[in-house]
Amino acid sequence: MAFYRSHILVCVDPECLEKGAHELIDALQDELVAQGLLKEIQVLETSRIGSCASGPEMMVYPEGVHYVGMSADDVPFLVEEHFLKGRIIEKFREVHKPVVDEELGPLRPKEVRVVLRNCGEIDPMNIEDYLAVDGYQALGKVIGEMTPENVIDEMIRSGLRGRGGAGFPAGKKWALTRQVQDNPKYMVCNADEGDPGAFMNRRVLEGDPHSVIEGMIIGAYAVGASYGYIYCRAEYPLAVETLNLAINQAREFGFLGNNILGTDFNFDLEVRVGAGAFVCGEETALMASIMGQRGEPRPRPPFPSVKGVWGKPSNNNNVETYANVPQIILKGADWYASMGTARSKGTKTFAVGGNVAKPGLIEVPMGITLREIIFDVAGGIKDGKQYKAVQTGGPMGGCLTAEHLDLPLDYEALAEAGSMMGSGGLVVMDESSCMVDIARFFMEFTQAESCGKCTPCRIGTRRILEMLKKICDGKGKAGDIEKLEDLCHEVAKSSLCGLGQGAPNPVLSTLKHFRDEYEAHVFEKRCPAKVCRKLIRFEIQASTCTGCTVCARNCPVEAIGGERRQAHHIDVNKCIRCGICVQVCNFNAISVES
Amino acid sequence: MQAPPIESEVKAIVQQAIEKHGKTPDALIPILSEINHALGYIPATAMREMQKQIHDPAKQTYLAEGQLYSLASFYDMLSTKPRGKHVIKFCENAPCHVVGGKAIWDALRDTLKVENGETTPDNQWTLVTTSCLGLCSVGPVLLVDEDMYGNVTVEQIPQILGRYE
Repeated sequence: MAFYRSHILVCVDPECLEKGAHELIDALQDELVAQGLLKEIQVLETSRIGSCASGPEMMVYPEGVHYVGMSADDVPFLVEEHFLKGRIIEKFREVHKPVVDEELGPLRPKEVRVVLRNCGEIDPMNIEDYLAVDGYQALGKVIGEMTPENVIDEMIRSGLRGRGGAGFPAGKKWALTRQVQDNPKYMVCNADEGDPGAFMNRRVLEGDPHSVIEGMIIGAYAVGASYGYIYCRAEYPLAVETLNLAINQAREFGFLGNNILGTDFNFDLEVRVGAGAFVCGEETALMASIMGQRGEPRPRPPFPSVKGVWGKPSNNNNVETYANVPQIILKGADWYASMGTARSKGTKTFAVGGNVAKPGLIEVPMGITLREIIFDVAGGIKDGKQYKAVQTGGPMGGCLTAEHLDLPLDYEALAEAGSMMGSGGLVVMDESSCMVDIARFFMEFTQAESCGKCTPCRIGTRRILEMLKKICDGKGKAGDIEKLEDLCHEVAKSSLCGLGQGAPNPVLSTLKHFRDEYEAHVFEKRCPAKVCRKLIRFEIQASTCTGCTVCARNCPVEAIGGERRQAHHIDVNKCIRCGICVQVCNFNAISVES
Repeated sequence: MQAPPIESEVKAIVQQAIEKHGKTPDALIPILSEINHALGYIPATAMREMQKQIHDPAKQTYLAEGQLYSLASFYDMLSTKPRGKHVIKFCENAPCHVVGGKAIWDALRDTLKVENGETTPDNQWTLVTTSCLGLCSVGPVLLVDEDMYGNVTVEQIPQILGRYE
């Protein structure tokens, strides 16, 4: 492998391209050849340096100098000054490279932050930062002024419902756990956030771990628990580290351990790390995993509130639920209940991803519409394309369409529309997504994550996936869509846990709202969104192709031929439809047909 | 194939992990995770050693080797098969998929000439898919060993792989 003394990374994001990034790259290459530096300095394309607005921009390494606003004409000067004489050109230098938080930026329009209020604002590694923003004051209030019954009453009145997705009222669950006459009792925090596209819990654990810990201690006081577990997935190493540090600090300050705040209330806590099993997000599977077993769910009842970890009453809530608790205690149930709809109170965090202009983490009051979230909070659809669908509730949720854009978000409204709240992942799709492919995709996920304990889920998800693959490959027959639908209903009805019961949702919801796309695949052997590999072909437009050979050089199967500076052509028999040529073509000369 | 790990080494790793986590049932997954981290996978010899060190009827602690295999084969992050020198974990979940993840996945398979879960014949690379890493705002995302790469494009793949040669 070649070694270069310097690397020039030129941003090729759309905005920089428009401002002449390619011309800049060409000029750099020419000048490096002219100065005989081609073997010493490498020019690379990159994206998202962060200052496209003043682009075109580039980073020069190893110095780490950030240049902006340079044109092709400035290149000879740059090469001479920087690379031959070793002098940084201050006039083009972007001095303060902005630190862009791509997940959680400044407050967006219509956002209300309760759970995320401290994330990015305080140092999560330092308990004193949390104390400075009223941290552990709610715990002081609870222990000093409230009985466990008062706390449970406050939680019930706040209307807070389980943020893990099922939406069971948190206060009611606490009351159930408190009622059971058995000891010891455990607090469990479900931090096994496995839904693809949902990362709000990770952000809270990494950015404000004490709010979760404080919520759990208050819960322990209310239900009478003496020990707690935070079950965190192994995919979040930083969250595990932050939590362990925070627990140690809380112990040093007397918020955990024996005689908390000088009373006879004892409670301690540990982090348990998963080992990669999506089904462990299901509460009975999670508890099995804490106890060192395979993470397989068991039938309920008995519910964990009655028989949970080590067969004892265990109160299980998720990260976001606990993180709400201190604020509810401090500001009061009425304040919390003033936000949201009649049935769903407070705020909810969502991780908005997919084809939106501003993806990332948001927190909005319940009752907001999907339209407001997608277009006002997340900046609308990227690249001027059309909105097509949004998947809510993760892989066991459903796809909602344009007709659902004005649906007020609450637990019941989403369920009535054939989807669910889930943990709060929102994957927004534009017109270029094939809904059959999306359904196949989610099914691949749930099929792989099925734990295998119950037959409908183990075998049913596999058969559903096979049928979807057949349809995507253009091998579907008349009657297949109906068979698929029947099987989906059976699996949903007869599976043991939420995974199998919810697995058919993406298929059923896309069948309901995008049946025409399934029919196009089956009857016309056509993929309307031009996604399914077996149903598309690539064509080079002779009129726009400049014969630059970049496609031919990048084709992994050498299916592209043609002379330099002449229009190229694709051998359809050799082509594996990987789409690399479309990605690398600088002239949009390759089209996809179906 | 890689040379099998040396028996004395396996024994020491198992012993260390048990000293750290204890012999109670809830220590089993943490111990297996440590072995997996130290050796890249959990060889049968390690499970045998673990069973030998923990199983003690006199103290009422019972453990069968099958129990360990049942755990190691259940959890995705534990491997019972040897892996390549570098492991590429590709996030194939929806948020990465809709922002171009499929092209990256196809390019990885085409470049390395392996399918999901396979190791290249030179033992350099193992390619696997991973559950969502929660880094969705910079998708498509992949991990090489413990290094994260976000906003990955097809053109970047040779450069990324090149760093590990």
